[in-house]
Amino acid sequence: MIEGVSLFEILSLTTILFFIGVYGFLTRTNLIAMLMSLELMVNAEAVNFVAINKYLSPAILQGQVFSLFIIALAAAETALALAIILHLYRLTENIDVKEVKQLKY
Amino acid sequence: MDMQNLLLMRDEIVLTAILLLMLVAEIIIPQKHKKSLVHFGLILFLIYTIQSFFPQNTGELFGGSYKTYALAHFFKAVLAVGVMTILLQSVEWIEQKLLPYDFTAEFFILIFSSLLGLNFMISAGDFLMFYLGLELSTMPIIALSAFDFYNHRSVEAGIKYVMLASVSSAILLFGVSLIYATTGSIYFEAISGAMHLPLLEIIGLIMIFIGIGFKISLVPFHFWAADVYEGAPTVISNYLSVISKGAAVYVLMTLLFVTFTAFQKEWDYIMYGIAILTMFIGNLFALRQKNMKRFLAFSSVAQAGFILLALLSHDELGVKAIIFFLLIYIFSNVAAFGVVHLISLKAGTENMDDYNGLYQTNPRLSLILMIALFSLAGIPPVAGFFAKFFLYSAAASKGYYLLVFIAVVNVTISLYYYLLPVRAAFLRKSENPIPSIKSDFYSKISFIFIMVGLLVLGLYSGVLEYISQMSNIF
Repeated sequence: MIEGVSLFEILSLTTILFFIGVYGFLTRTNLIAMLMSLELMVNAEAVNFVAINKYLSPAILQGQVFSLFIIALAAAETALALAIILHLYRLTENIDVKEVKQLKY
Repeated sequence: MDMQNLLLMRDEIVLTAILLLMLVAEIIIPQKHKKSLVHFGLILFLIYTIQSFFPQNTGELFGGSYKTYALAHFFKAVLAVGVMTILLQSVEWIEQKLLPYDFTAEFFILIFSSLLGLNFMISAGDFLMFYLGLELSTMPIIALSAFDFYNHRSVEAGIKYVMLASVSSAILLFGVSLIYATTGSIYFEAISGAMHLPLLEIIGLIMIFIGIGFKISLVPFHFWAADVYEGAPTVISNYLSVISKGAAVYVLMTLLFVTFTAFQKEWDYIMYGIAILTMFIGNLFALRQKNMKRFLAFSSVAQAGFILLALLSHDELGVKAIIFFLLIYIFSNVAAFGVVHLISLKAGTENMDDYNGLYQTNPRLSLILMIALFSLAGIPPVAGFFAKFFLYSAAASKGYYLLVFIAVVNVTISLYYYLLPVRAAFLRKSENPIPSIKSDFYSKISFIFIMVGLLVLGLYSGVLEYISQMSNIF
C-alpha cells in the first residue's frame, strides 16, 4: 500500500496501460511490435492483481500468487511466439503481418 | 492430505506419468528403433483411456482449487476416447512426416500435455487453476499447428494462432482481475456467493466470455478458426475442432450454470444474439468453401452456435443435451476429419472438386464420409439427429421458440452444404478420380470404432440415461 495513492488511481493506470497494449496490437504490423504490445497488456494485469490484493484483501495472498503465475506464463508465451516468428523469418525473410496472407477467406 | 485424497486426481497423475515415460523413452530407445516410439505412445495412451473409465471418488483437493465429480470424470473419459481415435488416425502421418526428422516423441508429449491442461481446466475450482489449464492446453497446440516445418501455410497458421490466442487469454485475465476486485476472491464458490453485479463485474464477465468464446470460436471471435484449421496439419485441426472446443464448451457450461448464476439475465441476452450470429455466419461462410478443411472449420463454427441453444436453459436438461451433443459431435467430426486427413495424405488433395467420383474408387471411405456428414447435419437414422433434437428441446423448455425456429432454418441451410461433398463423392463422375486408397491397420480400427459408436449412440438410449444420472451439477 502506498501512502497518498488510492486503488482507483492504480486501476486507472493499469486500464490505460492495457488499452495502450490493445491499440498497439491492432495498429502495428510488425510481429515483434505486436508481441511487445501483448506484453503491455499482460503486465497491466499483473500489476492489477497485486494492487487489488494489497488494497482490498491483504490477509490472503491470492492475487500476488496469481501475478507470479502470470509473469511465468507470459514469458513462456513470448518464447513460443518468438520461436514461430523466427521460423517465419527463415522461410520468408519478413516479419510483417501484411505479408502473412496465404490463408484467406 | 494423504495418498487416498491424492488419488482423486488419478486421471491427471496417470497422464503426467505417461508423459514423463514418453520423455524417457525418447532418450533410451536407440536411433534405429525409433519407429517403436509410435507404438509405445499408443499403448501408453490406451492404458490411460482404459483407466479413465474406472469409477472414481468425488471430492476436492488443494483447498478447493481442484474439484472432481461424476460428470467431469465422464467427460474426461470422452475426451480420452476422442484423442485415442485421433492418435490412431495419425499413425501413418507420423511415420511419413515426423519420423524422418525424429520428432515422434515430441508430437506425443505435446498432445498429452495439451490434454493434461484440458483435464485441469475441466476440474478447476478457482481461476488460477482454470487459467493454468487453459494455457497448458493452448501452448502445445500452437507449437503443433506450426509443426509442418517447411510448409509456409503451417507456419502462418501457427503465427495467427499464437497471436490471437495470447490476446484472448490476456483479455480473459483482465476480466478475472476485475472479478477479483469486486468479489475479493478467485475461488469459484466464494465468487458465486459474493456477486452483486456492479457494472465492473459485468464488464469482467464479458471479458471472460470473450476469452472462452475464442476457444469455442463463437462468431465475433471466429476469424482464426478457418485459417488455423486449414494451415495446421489435419490431425491438429481435428484435435482443435473437437477436443479443445468440447472442453471449452464444458467449462463455459459449468461457469455459467454453477458459478455465475447471478448473471443469468444479462447472460441470456448476450447468448441469444451470439447464437443467432454464430449459426448464420458459420453456415453462410461454409456454403462457399472449396477446401474441405476450411469447409469443416466453418461447419464447426456453426455447430458451436447450436450448442449455445442449450446454454440458454439453466437446468439439468441443458447439461444433458450439451454433454450428449458433444459426445456425438466428437465422434462425427473425428470421422469427417479422418477421411479428409487420409485423402490429403494419400492423394495430396483437399479440394472438394477432386472428391468427384470418390465412390467408384473408394466405396468404404465415401460411406464413412456420408455417415459422418449426415450425423453433423442431423439426418434421422444417425446419432446427430437426436443430439440436435435434445438441444432444441432444452431451448424450447425455456420458451425460446423463435430461436429454435431460427436454428431449424439454419439446419436447412447446413443440409445443403453438408450434401455437397456427398454429391461430389456419389453422383458426380470424374475423368481421373482419386485412386483407390489403402488405409493402414490403425485407421481402420479407428473408423470401425467411430462408425459403430455413431450407430449405437443413435439407436441405443442407455448412454443418454447414464448421462442424465450425472447431470445434476448444481
